[in-house]
Amino acid sequence: MSKIRILAGTRKGAFILTSDAERRSWQVDGPHFGGWEIYHMAGSPVNPDRLYASQTSDWFGQIIQRSDDGGKTWQQPGTPAGTPDPGPESPPAESNKFAYDVSEETGKPLTTHQWYDGTPHPWEFKRVWHLEPCHSNADVVYAGVEDAALFRSSDGGENWSELAGLRGHSTGMQWQPGAGGMCLHTILLDKNFPERIYVAISAAGAFRSDDGGTTWRTITNGLVSDYIPDPTGEIGHCVHRLGMHPSNPDVLFMQKHWDVMRSDDRGENWHEISGNLPSDFGFPIAVHAHEPNTIYVVPIKSDSEHYPPEGKLRVYRSRGGGDEWEALTEGLPQENCYVNVLRDAMAVDTLPDCGIYFGTTGGQIYCSPDSGDSWLTVAANLPAVLSVEVQTLD
Amino acid sequence: MIRVQLPYHLRTLAHCEAEVELDVPAPVTALAAIEALERKYPTLRGAVLEHDTRKRRPKIRFFACKEDISHDSMSEPLAEDIVNGSEPLMIVGAISGG
Repeated sequence: MSKIRILAGTRKGAFILTSDAERRSWQVDGPHFGGWEIYHMAGSPVNPDRLYASQTSDWFGQIIQRSDDGGKTWQQPGTPAGTPDPGPESPPAESNKFAYDVSEETGKPLTTHQWYDGTPHPWEFKRVWHLEPCHSNADVVYAGVEDAALFRSSDGGENWSELAGLRGHSTGMQWQPGAGGMCLHTILLDKNFPERIYVAISAAGAFRSDDGGTTWRTITNGLVSDYIPDPTGEIGHCVHRLGMHPSNPDVLFMQKHWDVMRSDDRGENWHEISGNLPSDFGFPIAVHAHEPNTIYVVPIKSDSEHYPPEGKLRVYRSRGGGDEWEALTEGLPQENCYVNVLRDAMAVDTLPDCGIYFGTTGGQIYCSPDSGDSWLTVAANLPAVLSVEVQTLD
Repeated sequence: MIRVQLPYHLRTLAHCEAEVELDVPAPVTALAAIEALERKYPTLRGAVLEHDTRKRRPKIRFFACKEDISHDSMSEPLAEDIVNGSEPLMIVGAISGG
């Protein structure tokens, strides 16, 4: 019988929540790495017991953790606790080292981006926002980082190298941070076209590579952001999240700072699908596991008021790929609710009756075992939830 | 043998006690002490000193004999009481945050 495993990253540690396929009763395991910010955890599609976690701290920096037993035990890849220094003949793994490529061939002159006030600012690594394991190799994993860049490991997270062509895009020196920093927070891998990668950066925009990350192009045509000097410019759009269904990979969905958007041509052109949403500001966007045109968003009142409109926590579902939305409220608080749902904090399972999940900054995790019709509280009192991923285990 | 005291989160990373003992070759400096710490506990690489620059991370401070040496040169020899182990070198996380 199938099982469900939720990987929840929070402000104060990682939690792993498990249930059978009924999704009514949940066992909570954690906190792992108590007191640390866990920006994201992700499991390998090839080996679901291979998990990666981004553990970060403003004090002690970035730590990558890996588990090979579904989260029971963890280690820093290549450097288990207590492992003695291998000596100069055998250089140590550097799982926590994210060094920007500054080589003459690929890195120069990628030394600065724009700061909030428009002045040049050096690229400075702060943390890993998102980890995206490869569809075909459990040792290959991508990391989206702040300040915005894409890294790749091919040895299970022991060592990382930058795919510097992204920062080397002709617009790279004009990228600016959003309110949360200049973070690369979304990585979509097209399993049907392994060389194709999509990324999104706040507040630079969205980019696509068709050659495994060597070269990149902006995919922002059709985006309109009235809060920037050039509302239809090539860059500057604060993309919050991209979504894609694996069976229909040419279609992308986007939750932007304002506006919910859709592209039917791999991001070449976008059109707005906000329709009747009570607010088209928000962070996550998710696609149903079996219905490529069924999508979910969580409207937030505004960019200045990061809580649900009217204090009602409502997921909105569109079964037609956008424009027409229905509120999903059964089981969710409908008064005095002022939490936020962050961009990486919504996910779906792949059971026949698709489950939808999200976590809040108030420490709740909700699950709908019936595609959004009704919601159950999986956990009510966790630390603020930064990310939610879901694994469907056979 | 010198003594080094670690804050909670570094202890959990290293799976060690609050105070550890290290063999540090002379001259005993803050940099030599941290590098000895990293050799003994490789999971701490990058958590005290930045990977590339080898600079002290901004929210970490060093104290020796109750004096803040965070802004001294890390290549300066440490006080004799640190070198002979009668006083610990303290690695302290800034008190801030939530």
